[in-house]
Amino acid sequence: MSKKNTLTIDGNEATARVAYQVSEVIAIYPITPSSNMGEWADEWAAKAQPNLWGNVPRVIEMQSEGGAAGALHGALTGGALATSFTASQGLLLFIPNMYKIAGELTSLVMHVSARALASHALSIFGDHSDVMACRATGFAMLASGSVQEAQDFALIAQAATLEGRVPVLHFFDGFRTSHEVSKIDAVEQDVIRAMIDQDLVDAHRRRALSPEHPVIRGTSQNPDVFFQSRERCNPWYTAFPGIVQKAMDKFAGLTGRQYKLFDYVGAADAEQVIVMMGSGADTAEETVLHLNAQGEKVGLLKVRLFRPWSAVDLLAALPAGVKSVAVLDRTKEPGADGEPLYKDVLGSLAQAAADGERTMPRVIGGRYGLGSKEFTPAMVKSVFDALKAPLGRREFTVGINDDVSNLSLAWDPDFRTDAARKCQSALFWGLGSDGTVSANKNSIKIIGEATDLHAQGYFVYDSKKSGAVTISHLRFGPEKIRSAYLVEPGMAQFVACHQTVFVERYDLLDHAAPGGVFLLNTPAADVWASLPERMRMQIRKKGLKLYAIDAYKVAEDAGMGRRINTIMQTCFFAISGILPREQAIAAIKQAVEKTYGRKSKRLADLNFKAIDMTLEHLREIAVPAGEATGELPAMSHAAAAGVLPAFVREVTLPIFLGQGDGLPVSLMPEDGTFPVGTAKYEKRNIALEVPVWEADICTQCGKCVFVCPHSAIRARAFAETEAAKAPAAFKHVPAKSKDYPAGTHISYQVATEDCTGCGDCVEACPIHDKSNVSRKAVNMVPVTSDLRDRERTNLDFFLALPEFDRTALKHTTIPGSMLLDPLFEYSGACAGCGETPYIRLATQLFGDRMLIANATGCSSIYGGNLPTTPYTTNAQGRGPAWSNSLFEDNAEFGLGMRLAADHQMDYAKALVREMADVIGGDLAQALVEADQREEAGIQAQRERVAALLAKLKGTNPPRVGELIAVAEWLVRRSVWIIGGDGWAYDIGYGGLDHVLAQPYDVNILVLDTEVYSNTGGQTSKATPIGAVAKFSAGGKATAKKDLAKLAMDYGHVYVAHVAYGAKDVHTLKVFHEAESYPGPSLIVAYSPCIAHGVDMLYNLRQQDMAVKTGHWPLFRHDPRLEAAGDTPFRLDSAPPSVPLKEFMASETRFAMLSRSHPETAAQLAEAAQAEVTRRFTGYQDLAAGHVHEQKTGE
Amino acid sequence: MIDLSTDYVGLKLKNPLVPSASPLSHDIDMARRLEDAGAAAIVMYSLFEEDVRAEDTMADRFLLNSALGHAESDGFMPDEPEFKGMVERHLEQLAKLKRSLEIPVVASLNGVSSTGWLEFSRELEAAGADALELNVYHLAADMTESGHSVECRYFDLLTELRGEVKLPIIMKLSPFFSSLPNFVKQLEYAGAKGVSLFNRFYQPDIDLGDPLTLSDQIHLSTSDEALLRLRWLSILHGRVNLTLAATGGVHTWEDAVKMLLAGADVVHMASCLLQHGPGRLFEILAGLTRWMEEREYESVAQLKGSMSQRNLPKPDAVCRANYVSMIDRFEPPAGVWR
Repeated sequence: MSKKNTLTIDGNEATARVAYQVSEVIAIYPITPSSNMGEWADEWAAKAQPNLWGNVPRVIEMQSEGGAAGALHGALTGGALATSFTASQGLLLFIPNMYKIAGELTSLVMHVSARALASHALSIFGDHSDVMACRATGFAMLASGSVQEAQDFALIAQAATLEGRVPVLHFFDGFRTSHEVSKIDAVEQDVIRAMIDQDLVDAHRRRALSPEHPVIRGTSQNPDVFFQSRERCNPWYTAFPGIVQKAMDKFAGLTGRQYKLFDYVGAADAEQVIVMMGSGADTAEETVLHLNAQGEKVGLLKVRLFRPWSAVDLLAALPAGVKSVAVLDRTKEPGADGEPLYKDVLGSLAQAAADGERTMPRVIGGRYGLGSKEFTPAMVKSVFDALKAPLGRREFTVGINDDVSNLSLAWDPDFRTDAARKCQSALFWGLGSDGTVSANKNSIKIIGEATDLHAQGYFVYDSKKSGAVTISHLRFGPEKIRSAYLVEPGMAQFVACHQTVFVERYDLLDHAAPGGVFLLNTPAADVWASLPERMRMQIRKKGLKLYAIDAYKVAEDAGMGRRINTIMQTCFFAISGILPREQAIAAIKQAVEKTYGRKSKRLADLNFKAIDMTLEHLREIAVPAGEATGELPAMSHAAAAGVLPAFVREVTLPIFLGQGDGLPVSLMPEDGTFPVGTAKYEKRNIALEVPVWEADICTQCGKCVFVCPHSAIRARAFAETEAAKAPAAFKHVPAKSKDYPAGTHISYQVATEDCTGCGDCVEACPIHDKSNVSRKAVNMVPVTSDLRDRERTNLDFFLALPEFDRTALKHTTIPGSMLLDPLFEYSGACAGCGETPYIRLATQLFGDRMLIANATGCSSIYGGNLPTTPYTTNAQGRGPAWSNSLFEDNAEFGLGMRLAADHQMDYAKALVREMADVIGGDLAQALVEADQREEAGIQAQRERVAALLAKLKGTNPPRVGELIAVAEWLVRRSVWIIGGDGWAYDIGYGGLDHVLAQPYDVNILVLDTEVYSNTGGQTSKATPIGAVAKFSAGGKATAKKDLAKLAMDYGHVYVAHVAYGAKDVHTLKVFHEAESYPGPSLIVAYSPCIAHGVDMLYNLRQQDMAVKTGHWPLFRHDPRLEAAGDTPFRLDSAPPSVPLKEFMASETRFAMLSRSHPETAAQLAEAAQAEVTRRFTGYQDLAAGHVHEQKTGE
Repeated sequence: MIDLSTDYVGLKLKNPLVPSASPLSHDIDMARRLEDAGAAAIVMYSLFEEDVRAEDTMADRFLLNSALGHAESDGFMPDEPEFKGMVERHLEQLAKLKRSLEIPVVASLNGVSSTGWLEFSRELEAAGADALELNVYHLAADMTESGHSVECRYFDLLTELRGEVKLPIIMKLSPFFSSLPNFVKQLEYAGAKGVSLFNRFYQPDIDLGDPLTLSDQIHLSTSDEALLRLRWLSILHGRVNLTLAATGGVHTWEDAVKMLLAGADVVHMASCLLQHGPGRLFEILAGLTRWMEEREYESVAQLKGSMSQRNLPKPDAVCRANYVSMIDRFEPPAGVWR
């Protein structure tokens, strides 16, 4: 058995454990990949878990990292031991306060899961760009390279900062370390106590501001003394490396784990040395040890303390005989003569050489691992190879194929270390929703806790929120695991595929090791026959053992529904033999007990039953003898690549197939600009059931199209004659409305392969067969290959139909507007997403003229996360142009777009006026004075612009080129500022407020899910009273901010509350009014979210309940009415008719509180009802007693 | 002083009035008020296995396994160690009722699966229930299930439970058995200590709104429903050796008296208490006592079953409906027919 003081946890938890123990105030703001640290702290505080001093730290979620930084600074100034956790853009928002905190010599450790900074694109993944942006702040910077180090350094940093008063930025690699589950030796509380000197803690507290002995801090200084004051801190920085080393030494005495400021590993007589920090250093160490064993004179210098930089310690650690040094930076400074670590190492060596202290080795600098790019032993070896080359380049990259600057080093993809070969590796392919990741995290814990083996788990996720694929990489073995990289091809002794459909889609067995095991979850009776030929040949070639289980059947039979995670986990342990079978089963059951425990003994029992049944159903499949040589057949989807546009074929498709790592630099857009409309190529086929249209009973109301979150059901009108060549199964019927010319037909078509199967369309359908109420005008049916083939053909025909004249469609009715083509389709949003229908609607109405500024969050992920993006174009090639700036600045970003558009329009108009003689007076006047509030006016202006360009062609008046360049701006642009409640209510509220205060024509769409959805359910100021969310574990005690009311206070802002599931025509009306309003418009859109804890099949029902209970009143505030002498406020929903508690009981976010804290739940429910009533009364007052119950008008 | 006491599955009750399973027992104060009003025992609200399953599904999907496979989030709710499943909450409430009341507390269980019945029964016993009422909410709607099979469900369940728990078991029955006396006798042989007549099935209505839907409004009982109980209590009294409980349709002291006269050992009530509060129980008890005083009854035992079938001068009257003569006696309001 393993020692008692080991833990199998991830880097975030390992760090937070220590940070929590030594903190009194913790101020945070969620950001990937650091969010979990704050969540751990909050969870422990909620459980009243004490810190080192027996107190429960105060954990507060702020409105932004800027806010967290301020609170942190204040807490420190107030004498508390404080901390925060952040990353990336969040860390950037800390920077101003970091200068202050360091300038005031304040003891603090901040923990950062280092992550890329958004530049040409956002990346949530790991590199050192964020921390490197902080190197001038005055913070010490301490780098951990593993989960063990993350824990240990968190404590060492705390001890050092208390003594040295220099604040410490303790960082480790985002995801690779923050999310890697690893077995570590735990730091026990007695070690923490021994490391933390109480006298120094007392000294920190004595430096607090106190009216008992007042001082002033934060003064303004003039040119006479500022400089001298700034230099006053130098002694502390000079002393700090020594203090850190002293803490490291003390720690070593307590734990046996010795660290140095610069840790050297490798040959004492090394000639080539790599210098680096972070998790890549572990991979490099593994490689160096491998190469040393082969007699190579190479070494590695791990940098622990990057700031304050200690040249003395660097030089002392570096072997004297080193001939060449490669410094690896996990960051990029475009235009710099090398990255920061390289420059520091180079400077120290050069200085030493200049001072005659040592000979100058050749020093080269390289970049690696940006945005969590893999960094493998083969890459490390390629760096050593480059160091040995007589004329290596000074600057290089490794890990990519740079065919533009030719900076990249080639590496041998087949190179493997002995350490990697000694490890047992396993790979698990699963769906995000099937629990594969959680089961594997649990397996790692079991292995870690039940054996003496070292264990590591790392998880690769998808960018999609529906049908997401996960790959779990597990390693275990008797030796310490330093492999901070994914399980490599040919190295997995165990490959499990938890979803049958993957065998066609992914090259699952590329990673299988010869003689390994392939476990497949499949319902196939003849498993071997069901496998693709390529896979069969791989199995034979590699001599794999094949096991199969019908996990879904076992789950069903055991009463587990579709939950297969413990079943597949049991198979893994049963086959792999890591633990004796009985011990493994007992451990899995113990974990089940821990998970379900008090929450549901029944679920625990069902799991037990499923575990027991698994062993009866797991079977080894005999591999028939057959061909095991020759070329592997290509993956079947490779054949389809020929019909795709070039960019999609060359770039998008490889990314989608998981081959993006192989794309060369030259194929990447240089400025992050990508073509739109690529989601339609994915054809993810994730739905088990899809809607089918029943044309005979359909009234063509358009509601199904209106509610579809993925634009997977759509309607078109067309002349009957167009249908002459329609496929036989293509459904179309005469248009029922008299608004269209005779002979007009309508079709509702489902994109079967793009549908996520949420069923919201069926829920929305108001039509029932008179003879069978269960048959609606759309009904869900199981997907079959026949259905898929048929509907693919139908969809192709449907999409090729000419677009109906938009001006002939009634945009103000649901049936009419839903015949408009959506220019937002097939996004990666969750099935049944409550946000996306609003965006789709906007693109149907205004997409051909939309500029979208999108705040970071769910809507930027499903809106702009590669490989494919959902915004697309109409037949004329026009469509929404989209960009994401930051989380916090979205309103300002959109305002800037507005200002640019207005300026360019004025500029163009001035040129038109100037060239009126050439253009023609009438056309010039019409161009300048065009009324473009409505679509017809915009169409007319487009025609005028075309006429203008035609006229200008061949003419040569002065400035004609300028006019041609800006002529397109003569057409009004519809600027949309889109984001979630985290942006609008919290981090971006200041900017939003400022933009609202301006007179400019922007349309602000707030997709209000009442919680931070993208980062996993943290409380926002939109979270309603009584709801449970992260950081509101005991139920949110305060009311939701009334954003609409705040905006209405300005008077000149168009403001509306909408909920399409409650009243779709109201939503439609609001979008038209908001867009046509020539000033700022704010639409606050109720958006049910899976984070509410309700099946999104009931999305519409929840919206309806939200409105009927008064939780979400519908209203409009239109300043145009006031200008016309009317009251500007219209309350569009009836007084609450359903008790709020019924709504609250229907959603887990509320209901769970009554299961944990029933008395609090009852109190908060009462307060919530009172608040709803109070607000509704307030709105009624606003409407001056005139409740305007809008008629649907359909 | 009239002796109101009665025997209920071996429990000596101070009187025959026992609030049946209803939301009233969710609230300890309300349960105390019922006791103060004179309730001789209380049947706690039912533990419905289908509710347990629904909550499990919710907890499993939204609390324990809410990950979508997206890198930025591995779930949406904070871990809540205090979260208690429905069974645990139910058991806690049972224990609280036991601590708070002097009167016996009867647990009521509505299971779906055999494992659920057994598991939950053991736990209810362990939590201190004085007796167990099995609310077998089985609607025999399956075309392939015979009447005998339906009865076997009850027998099998009872037999299994008798092996698991020592608590006296009361079977709450529906009125839809083809031969109720025979069935009750068989239940007695199988070890039931009582039967409760009858369960009121939720009966969905059709809402004629647009779209057409089934409405799920609760229809509380009325005194009219007491007649069905009266007849079968009357038939069973004295012929079976188990406790007879009347449930459904008792709203007034007159209803209660009639149930006792027909042969009930205990009289349950819920709808009238939901409508009028615990005070109604006091009124019924007072009415019963007053009537017995006026008629000079000495005890409930004396009263009980005195109008049962076998004590009637014309026992056939209970079974013969005299339907023809009754319908012939019907006089419509003036002008309706002619």
